Amino acid sequence: MCGTCGCGAENNGPIISIPGEEHHAHADHHHHGEHSHSHDEHHHDGHSHSHEHDHHHKVLEIEQDILQNNQLLAARNRGYFEAKNIFALNLVSSPGSGKTTLLERTLADLKDQLNFYVIEGDQQTLNDANRIAALDVPVVQINTGKGCHLESDMVYDAVKKLNMEDNSILMIENVGNLVCPSMFDLGENKRVVIISTTEGEDKPIKYPDMFHTSDICIINKIDLLPYVNIKVENIKKYALQVNPKLLFFEVSATTGEGMKAWYNWLKTLKAQR
Amino acid sequence: MHELSIALGIVKIAEDETAKAKAKKVTKIELEIGVLTGIEIDSLNFIWESAIKDTVLEFAEKEIMVIKGKGKCVDCDTEFEMENLFDPCPNCNSYFKGILQGKELRVKALEVI
Repeated sequence: MCGTCGCGAENNGPIISIPGEEHHAHADHHHHGEHSHSHDEHHHDGHSHSHEHDHHHKVLEIEQDILQNNQLLAARNRGYFEAKNIFALNLVSSPGSGKTTLLERTLADLKDQLNFYVIEGDQQTLNDANRIAALDVPVVQINTGKGCHLESDMVYDAVKKLNMEDNSILMIENVGNLVCPSMFDLGENKRVVIISTTEGEDKPIKYPDMFHTSDICIINKIDLLPYVNIKVENIKKYALQVNPKLLFFEVSATTGEGMKAWYNWLKTLKAQR
Repeated sequence: MHELSIALGIVKIAEDETAKAKAKKVTKIELEIGVLTGIEIDSLNFIWESAIKDTVLEFAEKEIMVIKGKGKCVDCDTEFEMENLFDPCPNCNSYFKGILQGKELRVKALEVI
């Protein structure tokens, strides 16, 4: 079975591509052929298993972290970024928060001052990569198929295609999903969670893992505040309950309001490195 | 459904360790999962059968040890049980805390033959 998508098909692993290029590279994932879902007896393992305790029976105390493989590759990515003085950001949010618009605006406004590279993660289509490529910023698209998040090995493969120059900023736009990407370290320097004013004030405590693992929280679509029954202060209050260390930016990627503070943060961080 | 990635991570560990031990299959697997990891055990159980099919784990008994969440308040040093990441300190209501346990996600042991 495909670990990315859960389906039995062989061609459904992540696909990494560059806009304008026809050939796709299939990342190395484990496929185990067809499977059928049997949903009986899940809680108590209704397997019939033999209990013959013969002499070859032995217990292996392995104490191994299940995410170890992802963490090892994330560490490899991090080492690569550090060696090349690349500052990597992992942008996470639910679908429709305005991640891509925020990214487009940031790149358009700052690309003459800072050197950007982008990795786009989506289940399907090259649409987002095409939007970034239209700004003349180097971009690689990862299509995860049915997969709900990026993993560090996909980023590793995508990074190899980017041939990044030293002293750059790498923006990794994760798959729009406020649950699954939280567990998967990609090797980023900072994780940025984006929430829009149309989403509900209590989202940070409904999806606490993502806010807990993020460093920055961008509240987008503040131009819509007159039309929605939401207080930015309440979003912040809930987010700070989950993660008191969060740093906030309030912006509208559409009108440009508030973007300057975010730009200054990016420029300052870059200058410090 | 990141539980599927988790399940396949477990399968990989079991396959590797079984091969290392020159064993044929796993009869029992012990997992440790903390309540603050963001893993839904029901979801993990739901996809378990399909993830382990045709692997060394196919006929293994699965035992999950759920580890409670525990935090320590940064402001007043109180140690307290946590069910959610946003639980405040019961003593001083501060949200600043270190997580002492509950983030575990481990394959503890395998019984192989």
